[in-house]
Amino acid sequence: MFSNPDLQKLLFGRLTLDAVPLHEPILLITFAMVGLGGVAVLGALTYFRLWGPLWRDWFTSVDHKKIGIMYIVLALVMLLRGFADALMMRAQQAMAFGPNEGYLPPHHYDQIFTAHGVIMIFFVAMPLVTGLMNFVVPLQIGARDVAFPFLNNFSFWMTVSGAVTVMASLFVGEFARTGWLAYPPLSGPAMSPGVGVDYYIWALQIAGIGTLLSGINLIATIVKMRAPGMTMMKMPVFTWTALCTNILIVAAFPILTAVLALLSLDRYVGTHFFSNDLGGNPMMYVNLVWIWGHPEVYILILPAFGVFSEIVSTFSSKRLFGYASMVYATVVITILSYLVWLHHFFTMGSGASVNSFFGITTMIISIPTGAKIFNWLFTMYKGRIRFEVPMLWTVGFMVTFVIGGMTGVLLAVPPADFVLHNSLFLIAHFHNVIIGGVLFGMLAGITYWFPKAFGFKLDDFWGKVSFWFWLTGFWVAFMPLYVLGLMGVTRRVQHFDDPSLQIWFIIAAFGAVLILCGIASFAITLVVSVLRREQLRDTTGDPWGGRTLEWATSSPPPDYNFAFTPVIHDHDAWWDMKKRGYARPLQGFKAIHMPKNTAAGIILGVLSIVFSFAMIWYIWWLAAFSFAAIAVVAIGHTFNYNRDFYIPADEVVRTEGQRTSLLAERV
Amino acid sequence: MATQSSAAMNFEPGRSPSVTIPQVDPTAFYDAKGEHHPEGSTMLGFWLYLMSDCLIFAALFATYAVVGRNYAAGPSPKDLFDLPLVALNTSMLLFSSITYGFAMLEMEKGDLSRVQIWLAITGLFGLAFVGLELYEFHHLIHEGATPQRSAFLSAFFTLVGTHGLHVSLGIVWLVTLMAQVHKRGLVPENKRRLLCLSMFWHFLDVIWIGVFTFVYLMGVLQ
Amino acid sequence: MVPDESMPVKTLRTLALLPLFGLLSGCNMVLMQPSGDIATRQRDLILASTGLMLLIIIPVIAFTLLFAWRYRVSNTKAEYDPDWHHSTQLEVLIWSAPLVIVIALGALTWISTHTLDPYRPLSRLDADRPLPAGVKPLTVEVVALDWKWLFFYPDQGIATVNELAAPVDVPISFKITSATVMNSFFIPALAGQIYAMAGMETKLHAVINKAGTYEGLSANYSGSGFSRMSFKFHGLDQAGFDQWVAKVRAEGKPLDRQGYLALEKPSEREPVRYFSTVENGLYGAVLNMCAVPGKMCMNEMMHIDAMGGAGKESHANRERLEYDNRYAEQGIEAPGATVGGSGRESHSREQPEGMKPKSIAPEVKPDSAPEHSGHDHGGHHGGPAGDGKDSKGSDSVAPGQLNR
Repeated sequence: MFSNPDLQKLLFGRLTLDAVPLHEPILLITFAMVGLGGVAVLGALTYFRLWGPLWRDWFTSVDHKKIGIMYIVLALVMLLRGFADALMMRAQQAMAFGPNEGYLPPHHYDQIFTAHGVIMIFFVAMPLVTGLMNFVVPLQIGARDVAFPFLNNFSFWMTVSGAVTVMASLFVGEFARTGWLAYPPLSGPAMSPGVGVDYYIWALQIAGIGTLLSGINLIATIVKMRAPGMTMMKMPVFTWTALCTNILIVAAFPILTAVLALLSLDRYVGTHFFSNDLGGNPMMYVNLVWIWGHPEVYILILPAFGVFSEIVSTFSSKRLFGYASMVYATVVITILSYLVWLHHFFTMGSGASVNSFFGITTMIISIPTGAKIFNWLFTMYKGRIRFEVPMLWTVGFMVTFVIGGMTGVLLAVPPADFVLHNSLFLIAHFHNVIIGGVLFGMLAGITYWFPKAFGFKLDDFWGKVSFWFWLTGFWVAFMPLYVLGLMGVTRRVQHFDDPSLQIWFIIAAFGAVLILCGIASFAITLVVSVLRREQLRDTTGDPWGGRTLEWATSSPPPDYNFAFTPVIHDHDAWWDMKKRGYARPLQGFKAIHMPKNTAAGIILGVLSIVFSFAMIWYIWWLAAFSFAAIAVVAIGHTFNYNRDFYIPADEVVRTEGQRTSLLAERV
Repeated sequence: MATQSSAAMNFEPGRSPSVTIPQVDPTAFYDAKGEHHPEGSTMLGFWLYLMSDCLIFAALFATYAVVGRNYAAGPSPKDLFDLPLVALNTSMLLFSSITYGFAMLEMEKGDLSRVQIWLAITGLFGLAFVGLELYEFHHLIHEGATPQRSAFLSAFFTLVGTHGLHVSLGIVWLVTLMAQVHKRGLVPENKRRLLCLSMFWHFLDVIWIGVFTFVYLMGVLQ
Repeated sequence: MVPDESMPVKTLRTLALLPLFGLLSGCNMVLMQPSGDIATRQRDLILASTGLMLLIIIPVIAFTLLFAWRYRVSNTKAEYDPDWHHSTQLEVLIWSAPLVIVIALGALTWISTHTLDPYRPLSRLDADRPLPAGVKPLTVEVVALDWKWLFFYPDQGIATVNELAAPVDVPISFKITSATVMNSFFIPALAGQIYAMAGMETKLHAVINKAGTYEGLSANYSGSGFSRMSFKFHGLDQAGFDQWVAKVRAEGKPLDRQGYLALEKPSEREPVRYFSTVENGLYGAVLNMCAVPGKMCMNEMMHIDAMGGAGKESHANRERLEYDNRYAEQGIEAPGATVGGSGRESHSREQPEGMKPKSIAPEVKPDSAPEHSGHDHGGHHGGPAGDGKDSKGSDSVAPGQLNR
């Protein structure tokens, strides 16, 4: 680019034209499609003059409902990327046998499995969970927003920044080739020079800050902002699981931040925390990262448990069986999740007593989990079960998840783990719990709360099609992996010699195609539902015969959620209100105090992308500049004392009046 | 007060509610007077943040505990640490905590100028602390005891440096707050912010006592 | 099917495998049909645990489907009790039923983890035969290199690359380390895996009960050549093993430090190689990361550290201890290099030298590598190592005769 290499280095760090993969057809096509899609979206936004509303009503919004929805949109977009990686891996493994090297050379394949894991956990599962909690929790506890509305917006944009950073690695440079947890010494400066691991570190670090802050925010919200009368033991189960998940986030993510910071010091400064030489200890990384990593599993699954609890009791038209034991089970899981991390590396050679301790604590977690399953089972017992789409996901989950739970306990037996560790059996196990548990839960939750968010239900037919594709696709894709694991096949392998394995990989690839159909049907569901929105309209605010407070509001709820703060007498508050002749207030409305929108979050997010990009490519001047800009914007934001406003009483009267007439029309 | 009955809504009948459950006053279900004002989340939120920060330090302490004796055939704490200097350093930070306390007392009294003076003194003590720490680091690096020399030194520089970074951040925050107090006086927002910084500052003090004991004292006395 | 197993295990196993039998009769699940006593016991443990858990899993699935069907909304005949949400008896049952299973499983775990601890020397050859008195285990020192395995036989004084052999029914004592990133040493038919980590030594005790050729591999991802980091493990009778040792001595070259340092460089799909003699202390030097002359060994460093370090005037030690940067110093691409550190274009199709998979020989060389099945494995190994060639270029390790 420049004749003077020093100047080029000063200006661009290690970024050169070689970093842009212009010769790689897969990436070029992807890039072209992303580019075209981007241009189309931008064009449409401009054509329909949507920039203003998008900026005012969404990007700068501090409304927890909108932020929750944006989290979920982010997750669904990233799901497409993560799933494309999955398809590529399945295709490679289905063809790369014997003389056929497949179509992905190792250093490309390695990036794909790393990116798949990172994206699916950090940028699909986490935003789904956070988004759902954001949307639902304040409504369920009768609050008007979260405790720190600006922080909420900021957290969201930090998560987006992390996602953008990961995506950037696809088109500028390469991603890590280390596996999704980047164990050193492989991820250290000597074994993984280049930008791959740096992309990994900065994407996770930035998104991690967002996650941590949103965890703090939601705990404060749940602890401090519950409606009067809602004691801890009257909180809806989803709120309980959200509370526990956020406690886990606050208690686990700092460890990830610290361990990634140490790894980046190794890489940027040349310290010796995790190197083989000069006193470093790579196994310390493995321990620390799993002290975060295991609670992370429960961070994901607990809200899914909460979703299922809400759904199973709503669609069985019956009180949740064993509310108290459900709560205790959640709390026990929260505590125990810190005592099991070593089961991820029994094969490190810890003593038998240490291994047995962690194996047995792991098994103990299956007791509260089992109790939860039984509670759902007995909620269905003597119920009137309506098999709408959310309930289908729930039953699909119960049948699928128990198998994943069983193989999980099996892996917790150390001698069994010695043969199953790192095998495709393990892969099948955690996909079994993450797809069968977390993803099914989140899709159930999205279907369940969609009418609350948008005012119309999702199309039933396509929802069912999507469910059945997902369910069968999951089984067809992952049962072969259990079998392959028992055949001694390990994970992350790019090429095989034994042709007898191929048939299983082909079956698995077929399963992945079925899941693709599931994803496609879900997209069709969205499109069809938008087109048929008038038929699917929910005018009551309570389309499913719900039991918790969010169903007391209109669909979608007004900005202020509740014109009057509700008073709670039962953990199924709305059910209780309906049963005991609750009457909606029609007058006496007052002006409502609300937080103001702000652009600080998105500006900080964009600056964080610039900063991480500069750090990744060693463009030091830009890093310094963007860091200074972040500081200036953050400090500048604190000088703004004018952060709230009142929704005038007239407007509240108007909004509530509309709802009154909508409800009256139905009668 | 007019209300709209829930009979208009999609209510799953089940058993007839009126038979088993007494009807209640409809206003029992909402706060009609608007008396409910959830407040005071900031302190809890900031506490939670401090606890998460504490966990970062916990991870760094744990790291130091694991690799703190891996000198890589190089210098050990005994060879490197200058206890009198560190003791002086410690006293700077402890004094700064006391002076911050004075600032808070003046804040309670509402004496704006004295608050500013005590805050300024706190900031100066903080600067002295950071300055002494930088001097110590410079000295160590000059002697060849760099963070790259051994895992022990990596962990030492990281633990102490992270604390120093927090103190520096605290100083920036302190200056910002002084500007805000100057601009707007002791309004409730500023009082709340001063309280948060107070917690942060004392928290750093507590962490430093851990560092001083665990790293310096035990390092030299072992 | 392997005989000798106790009755309850057998019952549980049948229970566990019933649904799978039809589907899987065609494939060879090595973990379910292992050939070494440790792996067999691990298999039994898997089956026993699965059986125990199915006691609760099967009813749960059955009840889920049953309740879902019975209490569907269209079935108005079924009882409906919208307020029924508590039953102390049921609560006790749903907490205690998993508890009972976990207590049983926990006991099984505690016992089996201790008896099958890889660090624990064997106490039996298989279910029927205790360890004969005075038997001396075969010691093998295993080194994971960038994408090949180096095996030292200290008692025999030989070493091999990517080929391991052991006599049947003789305990094997593995000492395992890595010269590079973390790998995991795994022979599925023999015993469970254990990590191979640089500067550390892990241990594994196992015995092979049936003669045959088995697949060995690295089970932990380690960079570019990971997928091809496999080797053959030959279980031989005593005579066959002696013959094999003799063959290694006869056909191999000596292995000294220089030879080791050349071998250590990253390469994939290495042919089998034999070394007739091994320089004294080479394994120890590899373990202590001081194979390069002039480097300080880890154990020496740890001794100095335990004595309180080497003081301020010890700058020279730093360079003597540097290890991870040796790829960079030799201009070899690191195993996980990406753009900015690899010298290649982004997503380049070109793989660096030493990391390319060697083209697979389309067919077995007709006479040099007859693959014997079953029990007589003395002295038959495919590939040019047998011809005494040692260059990396000659690349006809016996192709995909995998025993998975």
